[in-house]
Amino acid sequence: MLLEVEGLDVRYGRTHAVKALSLQVADDELVTVLGANGAGKTSLLRALQGLVPASAGRIRFGGVDITRMSPPERLRQRLALVPEGRQIVISLTVHENLLMGAYCRSDSDVRRDVEGVYDRFPNLAARRDMPASVLSGGEQQMLAISRALLARPRLMMLDEPSLGLSPLLVERLFDLLRNLRADGLAILLVEQNTQMALEIASRGLVMELGKVVLEGPSEALASNDRLAAAYFGHAAQHAG
Amino acid sequence: MSGYASGIVAILCINLIFAYAIFVTAAAGQLNLGGAGFQAIGAYAAAWLSSSAHMPANVTIPLAILASALVGFVISFPVLRTRGVYMVLATFAFGQFVSGFLLRSPTFGGAIGMVVADYIGVGALVICAVVTTLLVFFLMASRLGLAIRSIHDDELVSTIMGVNVRAVQVAMFTLGGALAGLSGALYAHHFSFVEAQYFNSLLSIYVLLFVLIGGTQTAWGPLVGSLFFTLLPELMRVGGSWRYVVFGVVIVLMMVLRPQGIVTRALVARLSPRNWWPASSRAATRVSDAG
Repeated sequence: MLLEVEGLDVRYGRTHAVKALSLQVADDELVTVLGANGAGKTSLLRALQGLVPASAGRIRFGGVDITRMSPPERLRQRLALVPEGRQIVISLTVHENLLMGAYCRSDSDVRRDVEGVYDRFPNLAARRDMPASVLSGGEQQMLAISRALLARPRLMMLDEPSLGLSPLLVERLFDLLRNLRADGLAILLVEQNTQMALEIASRGLVMELGKVVLEGPSEALASNDRLAAAYFGHAAQHAG
Repeated sequence: MSGYASGIVAILCINLIFAYAIFVTAAAGQLNLGGAGFQAIGAYAAAWLSSSAHMPANVTIPLAILASALVGFVISFPVLRTRGVYMVLATFAFGQFVSGFLLRSPTFGGAIGMVVADYIGVGALVICAVVTTLLVFFLMASRLGLAIRSIHDDELVSTIMGVNVRAVQVAMFTLGGALAGLSGALYAHHFSFVEAQYFNSLLSIYVLLFVLIGGTQTAWGPLVGSLFFTLLPELMRVGGSWRYVVFGVVIVLMMVLRPQGIVTRALVARLSPRNWWPASSRAATRVSDAG
């Protein structure tokens, strides 16, 4: 197993965001984490990257215990995160954003890999010396993913990458994720777009109030009534 | 060079190095309103070592830099626990503490000040200013400079990209302390006299203005800012006391019309020699003023 999480707890003060969560991701597997807003999905990814401390539990990555490692140390273990809302550095140029992605690397292949990004995304190449703020939402998402890839991750975690993208761009995003997985990259995908996420994932987890309430192969989840309840049941509670 | 002109050049060199001291911390997103405190440490360290320990300037200046860098390093830990306006207040309090301490310390001459034995000419100041400027330009063009600018925009994203944000901020505070100490030591050895009252809060405010109005996005900002703020009051001398009023109005107008500072990255890109010819100027003119 590439990523093994056992009994992970995340607390912010009195809020118990993630409760005794266990999770595994194998090499070249795409696993999706689903759930309504406030289910604890973002907290889970933040804890896996080390941005918030785990109050209990253990995280092993590539056979190494990373539970107490800082975010830069985890990145050097080649665990990368594409945060929610894309989070590109808007006053840096497109090119500088990409260089930041390779910040953790000290090898000499960075230049070649950055050129590889430009080959893949000609839109980014055309704007390489402009501030990243001029990019459209879709281009920003491509930049955010490319930037994470430049850290040469073994596992890439994405937090709701389809948020705010047009249906056409969402299609292209999922095509890209499918290709990356085919190239052998393991992916942990947090999504609101349940249907599309289950189409490309081999397995899925459904979170509700910090706990995994449902887990299994994508096909089984897609036809499970509990999945809908995890969203609509929760939403109904809020509406009431 | 006339005495007047060489005096202006000396002040300009000292202000420039001082401005870079504040710039390196500001570029990483930290506002230091205690600049005068760090400069005073450098000035008094040099003055004391020169007059009481009878050391030559080429020994006192490195030691003064070391002293203020060390204080910068130690102070950075409590200061970096604060944010925004609280950081400004914490650094301000530090500056007040230093000048208050020096004013009451008999070792450092108290309110009488100290005479500095060893004199250095304006040439040495110019060399130090040029070296400092080149050093900061090199720093900002390096991989670390990229991380510094990234931290300025977004600490969280920088962390996700593998930058040890805290370590960079501590390093910049230490470097800022070192440069402020250098500017203080040069001041002491050139003007041959230091007094605690000179290193007051107004000086800290002025140097922060040099940097903020010059612009924090590129290393050109402090250069333009300190030139502007050192020369403008001199050029306005003909207007008598009114110059302070005009000066204040200019500052307010600058903040309203160009809050990101005189020099921005977009401006540098537009003026870059690469873009002097029409074929390649296309990209630069489309660069907008971001951040």
